[in-house]
Amino acid sequence: MKLPKITFWRTVLFIIIALGIYSTYRRFVFGLGDATNMSDTFPWGIWIGFDVISGVGLGAGGFVLTAIVYIFNLKRYKPIVRATVLTAFLGYVLVIVGLLYDLGQPHRIWHLLIYWNHHSVLFEVGWCVMTYTTVLALEFAGFFFEKMRWTKLVKIQHALIIPLVILGVILSTMHQSSLGSLFLIFPDKVHPLWYTPLLPLFFYISCIAVGLAMVIFESFLSSRAFGKQLEFDILDRLARVLAVILAFFFLFKIEDLIRHGAFMAMFEGSYESWLFLAEILLGVLLPSVLLFIPKVRHNPTGMFTAVSFAVFGFFFGRLNVTITSMEGMAGATYTPAWTEWMITIFLVAMGFTVFALAAKYLPIFPKEEPTAAIS
Amino acid sequence: MKKGLLIDLTLCIGCGACTEACKVQNKLPGEVEPELTGYTWASLETRETDEGDEIYVRRLCMHCEEPACASVCPVAAFEKTDTGAVIYKSERCIGCRYCMVACPFSVPKYQWDKTFPFVQKCILCYDLVKDGEQTACAKVCPTEATLFGDRESLLQIARRRIEKDPGKYVDHIYGEHEVGGTSVMFLSSVPFEQLGFRTDLTRKPLPSFTWGVMSLVPNIISLGGLTLFGTWWIINRRMKLARERLEQEQNQEESENKLSEGSE
Repeated sequence: MKLPKITFWRTVLFIIIALGIYSTYRRFVFGLGDATNMSDTFPWGIWIGFDVISGVGLGAGGFVLTAIVYIFNLKRYKPIVRATVLTAFLGYVLVIVGLLYDLGQPHRIWHLLIYWNHHSVLFEVGWCVMTYTTVLALEFAGFFFEKMRWTKLVKIQHALIIPLVILGVILSTMHQSSLGSLFLIFPDKVHPLWYTPLLPLFFYISCIAVGLAMVIFESFLSSRAFGKQLEFDILDRLARVLAVILAFFFLFKIEDLIRHGAFMAMFEGSYESWLFLAEILLGVLLPSVLLFIPKVRHNPTGMFTAVSFAVFGFFFGRLNVTITSMEGMAGATYTPAWTEWMITIFLVAMGFTVFALAAKYLPIFPKEEPTAAIS
Repeated sequence: MKKGLLIDLTLCIGCGACTEACKVQNKLPGEVEPELTGYTWASLETRETDEGDEIYVRRLCMHCEEPACASVCPVAAFEKTDTGAVIYKSERCIGCRYCMVACPFSVPKYQWDKTFPFVQKCILCYDLVKDGEQTACAKVCPTEATLFGDRESLLQIARRRIEKDPGKYVDHIYGEHEVGGTSVMFLSSVPFEQLGFRTDLTRKPLPSFTWGVMSLVPNIISLGGLTLFGTWWIINRRMKLARERLEQEQNQEESENKLSEGSE
């Protein structure tokens, strides 16, 4: 057997895995108090804010694109639907793994199945994430069956695709918005720049935006990694939709702030106000404006930059709600421990690795037809 | 009948007997700590008023009438019982800590030093009260600063004390209306905000803030499913019809072509 060549990225991956395993050891042997900077005054850190709450949002591309392709029957987007479903599936699996790190009693996660509390938003989110991950697995199973040439199973899967997609959209609508509802029950603990009864709606709109942004973002990455051609006309259309959604989010957010009398809080010069401005200007308004300009959209670098800002803005927004908005009210300052960052980086790296492996061995990308190049 | 505690801060001499009794009753390890932790369910804080007087402030679970912790817990590990106590069923807990985030008084604490920790908080001596006894802290209080009884009668006592001595007390029973009312209530001679109590809390029960959204779920499922299925059906049918029409036209053209060919 030939040993794999030592390249720069392989070395980086090796270091990440080594440190990730060490951090895992710290978490599961010495506990949350040792491996994290969470405390009684600040009990939710980046494992919840980034790995879980942002991670679920990143997977939203799955339900957005399957709805476009299967329900609205816009077949031109079909070439990218597989990669998107794969990303969503891996994303959700990583969210669950991330949650296992964060839970104090991870071996009891199945308690959700037997102890019910239908008043709890988290109960609803838990159930939706469980069922939706199953739906994604079934949507994804088609590629695997195809690879194995199990024609019967492929046929059954094809027959079930519409109900699966509809179920996926409903479940996603519920839990993506409910992640915002998680914060509704403590109106006195969330900074007024972020607290609004419409939080679930804002979470829903922004998850659709980041879902589209991630589809474009990862198309760029895969085109580089796998040397495949970019479906540029498809991405251009998606980018236009993204620009509109971001613009809508921006205007709606401003309107909501005015309605709650929190508009001026933006300019009070506090820690919260600066981070809010960074989120809404750099992460929402800027990518929206950039993507409205045809010149930017038609230039690969321009498009990639604009979309990166949108993805960055999404993370910024989610972390603002989960961490920035709560710090001041709790009288706490929370800076994640390096082990917390390490686990997060470790999970993201695992996601990339598994995606690359799946892309290599499963029929994820459409075969490029050599005739197309000639004609 | 729902029981509760009335804590009159003007009567407290800061002896700390209540906090010690709490440790013994609930078999909590270690010394009493100055604030609530995973091993101290009731603490005693010494506060200095603006006038320089010392005031001893008890901290413990407020036992809300409609507790946020019980509403948010995904596995229903918290329960508001008939005794008035909000109890914790550790055997259910998965450790998500949503209760800690959601509590308006930031009462639930965690065993951060453990690998598989549990949430910790006062349970209003559930076992004792169920058997008709007082809570351990009320039993040992030498000055009746912590008074045990029915919530309603405690409220009456509190009102009477304020009426009888309006110069001594601030006109506020902390816990009567906060977040919809709590089973543990406080009387004080200095404004509560000076003693570290949050006086800006809503008077609405907190679970009502999410119930408005949660109760929409059945509608989202049924209406959403119907809309999506309908959209798919209509679009699919239209495309099918369009395809058929196209085929028909093609067939017609072909047959016309054939006819014209035949006539030639």
